[in-house]
Amino acid sequence: MRVWSAARRASVAWLLLLPALAVVGGVVGYPFFRTLYLGFFRAPLLGKTRVFVGLANYLEAFARPEFRAAVVHTLHFTVLSIGLELILGVAVALFLNRAFVGQRFLRALLILPLALPTVVNAVMWRWIYNPEYGALNALLTQLHILPAYRSWLGAPGIAMNMIVVADVWKNFTLVALLVLAALQTIPVELHDAARVDGAGGVQRFRYITLPGIRPALLVALVLRTVEALKVFDIIYVMTRGGPASSTKTLSFLVYEEAFSFLQLGSAAAYAFLTVALILVFVAVYIRLLQSRGVAG
Amino acid sequence: MRAVTEDDEGEGGRGARAARRRRVGAGPAACVPGRLRREFRKENRMVRIRFVLTLLVAGLIGIAGLAFAQDVTLRALFMQQAAYSDSDVRSMTADFEQQHPGIKVDVEFVSYEALHNKIITAAAAGGGGYDVVHFDVIWPAEFAQNDVLVDITGKLPQDMIDQVVPGAWTTVMYDGRYYGIPWILDTKYLFYNKAMLEKAGIAAPPTTWQELLDQAKTIKDAGIVDYPIVWSWGQAEAIICDYTTLLSAFGGSFFENGQPMFNQGGGLEALQYMKQSLDEGLSNPASTESLEEDVRRIFSSGQAAFALNWTYMYNLANDPAESQVAGQVEVVPAPGDGTHSQVSAVNGSMGLGVTTGSTHPDQAYQYIEYLTSRAVQEKYAKLSLPIWKASYDDPAVAQGQESLIAAAKQSLGVMYPRPLLIQYPQFSTWLQTDIHRALLDQATPKDALDNTANQVIQRNLD
Repeated sequence: MRVWSAARRASVAWLLLLPALAVVGGVVGYPFFRTLYLGFFRAPLLGKTRVFVGLANYLEAFARPEFRAAVVHTLHFTVLSIGLELILGVAVALFLNRAFVGQRFLRALLILPLALPTVVNAVMWRWIYNPEYGALNALLTQLHILPAYRSWLGAPGIAMNMIVVADVWKNFTLVALLVLAALQTIPVELHDAARVDGAGGVQRFRYITLPGIRPALLVALVLRTVEALKVFDIIYVMTRGGPASSTKTLSFLVYEEAFSFLQLGSAAAYAFLTVALILVFVAVYIRLLQSRGVAG
Repeated sequence: MRAVTEDDEGEGGRGARAARRRRVGAGPAACVPGRLRREFRKENRMVRIRFVLTLLVAGLIGIAGLAFAQDVTLRALFMQQAAYSDSDVRSMTADFEQQHPGIKVDVEFVSYEALHNKIITAAAAGGGGYDVVHFDVIWPAEFAQNDVLVDITGKLPQDMIDQVVPGAWTTVMYDGRYYGIPWILDTKYLFYNKAMLEKAGIAAPPTTWQELLDQAKTIKDAGIVDYPIVWSWGQAEAIICDYTTLLSAFGGSFFENGQPMFNQGGGLEALQYMKQSLDEGLSNPASTESLEEDVRRIFSSGQAAFALNWTYMYNLANDPAESQVAGQVEVVPAPGDGTHSQVSAVNGSMGLGVTTGSTHPDQAYQYIEYLTSRAVQEKYAKLSLPIWKASYDDPAVAQGQESLIAAAKQSLGVMYPRPLLIQYPQFSTWLQTDIHRALLDQATPKDALDNTANQVIQRNLD
């Protein structure tokens, strides 16, 4: 009776899981394998003819200067924005972890940039950077840092960094919130004991705070890296890949290849190479996480 | 039809509730006095009457629904623009619906930058897309090749073809076939601020591109404005329009016998001219991130003496509600270089077409025929110039915009086309990037254009 009911229980479980599996298979599995499949074809978006080309799309991707440039732009965006977000996020979290008047209000304020849709954020920053009547130009010229108004998003060396600033402003708050939550789990007694032992601020941060927030930092790092490597919307709104294609990232290239140039096959290959890049980062992070786990 | 079923269910629900009430009451009713029994019978009758009434109402709604189903609803996709604004297009559409009972049109608007991809994705998705789309002069080759638009060559009456400005038809043609009707006949003009020119002691607007730089220098040196010229040189199709105007002025061409020619002669001079104007501080450096609307704002706020822009800027820059320089704005054709050309222009027109996916192509054709008709176009001539030859001699059209009409008469005759390529978007993206690289000091103009030309050859672009 027991054996039978266990088997029966398993089949009921599968039955109950079936709808969820169907949904996941339909909305994740099918598009995933379909994209993988398309990557091996020369497949025009509107044409009916589809020619099998093997790995040609992948090989061409590496040969194309625009693809290599897009990898560099994507890494530029990712490394810079993640670095700034981590530093700013931890600093703000440490600050908000102290008790002072208005602390609750400031903590609530942290939610605000997170609640803004990326497109709204991008439009807002476009106005701030506007070369003729933007707030940034007004601020910098009135402080006599800049002699005259200048173009920010029209200069190739600078445009990507300006987009990074806009993105960091919105997303460092996620890091700050996660780290703040972790900070509150660190017992005050540890700091007190360390102080009695004569440890300075830097030492206490290094040996008490940092180990305490490391798991939260890693979560934030993984989340933000995956998002940053896929960046599309903020670029679409702020520069559309310009100037001189200096802000074209991988996702933008995929979009352009598929919907402007109608090349679904090579777009699928680009998309898979983007996924591969993300996997490399994730693998490194998992390794980091595991080695820390062993050490701890 | 959906409304009918819902109604039916509603009534049925009520009927079922009454029936339940009846069943609940039926047991005790057997042993109650006759008066009460009669009451129940009466209720029974009421239920039956209500049921018959329900059927009747449902039937009537059904018939009305059938009559309604004969109405055709078209879906139309337009570019969001400042010439014919959303509300202008909506009111044209409302007039059309009034004159064509039985046809309804749902209109949708997207920015120019999103228009091409929206048309393509709707076509790729198959049925249920748009019936009518608003398309740019650079897409007919691609759309014809990919079977996006209906070939309406057989539908166009010869006298209509004859009455429209000849250059306008090139907007919708590929391989000798017509894929739509031109709607917005447009090119880029040179706008100038009369007051600033007078202040600098300049009597007449420039007649050559070199003279434009000379006058700009005079204005800059006089301290009237920091950067006298502003262009739409952001990385977008807009920069190709300005480049094409200059290329045609300097006697260049994009391709000859399938071979790239823009990296030499007039094509190269055009880019060198653009770079020179930036290097000498005569063109606003913000140009490299500007689109047409940015140009209009900068010019309208009095921060430029010259601007190259489409027709629509004329009336907006002279409108006190929109502009700080209203009344000072004049327009002439974009100049030539004096040897190859006297004036120059790019074909920046747009057309309306019927999609191959449309289930009501006849009604869709009626709609685009109406929107492009002379009466409608003349009614809105202050926003966009008509495609009809006769309109240009109509005093009612010219009234209040005489200098624009005068400029149009010259410019529309010399509109230069951008290359007719099936893979135009790919070509344009390469060229935009390389022009930008030259303007932003990442390559010399020659190297930059050579790079685009090489890519065209290597990738064997159609």
